[in-house]
Amino acid sequence: MKQVATTAPRKITREEKIKRVQWAVIAVWIGAILWLIPLVGAVITSLRTQQDITVNGFWSIPQSITFTNFSEAWSQAGIGNYLGNSFIITIPALIGMLFLSSLSAYALIRFRFRGNRFFFFLYLGGMLLPFQILMLPVFRLSNTLGVYDTYWALILFHTAFQLGFCTFVLRNFMKTIPVSLFESAVIDGANEFTIYSRIGLPLVVPALASLGTLEFTWVFNDYLWALVLVSRDELKPVTTGLSTLTGQYINNWPLIVAGSLLATIPTLIVFFVLQRYFIGGLTVGATKG
Amino acid sequence: MKHHPLTPWAFLIVPLVLYGVWVIYPTFATFYMSFTNWDGFSTLAQAEFVGFANFKRLFNDPTFWKAIGNNLKWIAVFITIPTSLGLALAMVLNQDVRFGRFLKVSYYLPMVLAFVVIGLIWGWIYSPAQGLMNNSIEGIYRALQAIGLPVDPASARSIGWLADPDMVLWSIIGAATWRQVGYVMILYLAGLKTVDPALLDAAKVDGAERWTLFRYIIFPLLAPVTTIVVVISIIDSLRAFDLVWIMTRGGPFHSSEVLANFMYIQAFNNYNMGYAAAIGVILFMISLAFIAVYFWRIAKDEEV
Repeated sequence: MKQVATTAPRKITREEKIKRVQWAVIAVWIGAILWLIPLVGAVITSLRTQQDITVNGFWSIPQSITFTNFSEAWSQAGIGNYLGNSFIITIPALIGMLFLSSLSAYALIRFRFRGNRFFFFLYLGGMLLPFQILMLPVFRLSNTLGVYDTYWALILFHTAFQLGFCTFVLRNFMKTIPVSLFESAVIDGANEFTIYSRIGLPLVVPALASLGTLEFTWVFNDYLWALVLVSRDELKPVTTGLSTLTGQYINNWPLIVAGSLLATIPTLIVFFVLQRYFIGGLTVGATKG
Repeated sequence: MKHHPLTPWAFLIVPLVLYGVWVIYPTFATFYMSFTNWDGFSTLAQAEFVGFANFKRLFNDPTFWKAIGNNLKWIAVFITIPTSLGLALAMVLNQDVRFGRFLKVSYYLPMVLAFVVIGLIWGWIYSPAQGLMNNSIEGIYRALQAIGLPVDPASARSIGWLADPDMVLWSIIGAATWRQVGYVMILYLAGLKTVDPALLDAAKVDGAERWTLFRYIIFPLLAPVTTIVVVISIIDSLRAFDLVWIMTRGGPFHSSEVLANFMYIQAFNNYNMGYAAAIGVILFMISLAFIAVYFWRIAKDEEV
């Protein structure tokens, strides 16, 4: 730390500062444009016809702008139905995991009992697992329980699997609540469930919002489990539904890209509306891929 | 304050049962399956116990070694390129930059997209005739030709980003990197918030001193974030499945094979469930070392 004190920053003139900042900032701008090109390019492609792009190339002036790729992807290719399925799966799973993890997080911070720390690490471990290790038994279990190829398979599995991460985050948040708050409620004669719902839960609403935003995108974007647990086309969520397009519309990239963009709209809306929470969730957990 | 000994369990029982059934039990079940020749059709109880046969077979399977090698290449790229790019971006964007918010969003937008969507969009980018890559290269070739260089613009359309066994893995990792950079940037931005602003201001001094400050003061202060970023990058590389499955299914000729994809194909295309379980166990074992590092960090925080 001494070093810092001795290298007393020499006065930087305004011009110098501007010159230096610009160098790095220009590089960041170039990078940002490069980063946006795939998405902007995808939007442009989706508005053109396959023939136009194949014959004239991507960098030619579009012969015409068309929305038929979007309408065809929505109805004929079934993206509309797939999106509906995604919501039917995501919403209950989201409610389930947030409710159940808040219960277990509350128990972990509120009570001292044998196994408290063990359960905490159990949840933490599940969150880091390479989830492929669960793939075959979960597939088998869903058959045994008779939920294979139903919405329930995905709802139950997502709820259970995400409990690890959600409990971890909520527990860390609840730990910051002063114990005296709980104690005074006990003195007032409130039972534990009342304390949980009147004190524990309301104080972690920001954490619940962050988690909810993040989990929404994770569950909505899940591919592997949808592939393993649902095979009926009419039940497929948008991720596995989308991937069938590559077989159906071979080389019709404008249509496939249009479908992909449609599939992204719900998560984009959630992201832009709740951006603050999304980033908050990622960095609080700072943990999950 | 005393509580009834059963109260905690009233809160814990439902989540724990669900977690036990869908997460804890399956983890152990995979270990058991890896010692059987289960095919997925008969019941697991009918499957024969075969000891370490699956693992022996695995270690003699060239595809397995190819997959491990590719996972290692994936890790090598992930812990270097997105990590350093993300850190550099965070250092710049942590300052007051005009349109800083727009710049940040441009980098982390890909993270909101599903892997399937990324796979399909990059599938288009890499597609030979309609794709962004080859079309752009064609344009560059045209310009070069115009100034008299002997290049053939038409040849650009035959570059097979996903068809050439030497290029395919790097093409897929490229798409994954596009997503990962913004994530690392966010983690470092959060980390920089904990660094004393006076230090960061001091880092605005000139050239060599600035680098020294970053190298010896700021970077060491960010060590906890770096540990997390590296562990996450490794775990993500080992889990990689969606992009490979969507873009190539591990082909051509297993040249983009990774463990997770190999496992999926063995399980659900070839119905070698026991063999696939063995691959899962290996994947788990490799991850375990890194999960341990992560646990150790968390446990250390817990004690404070």
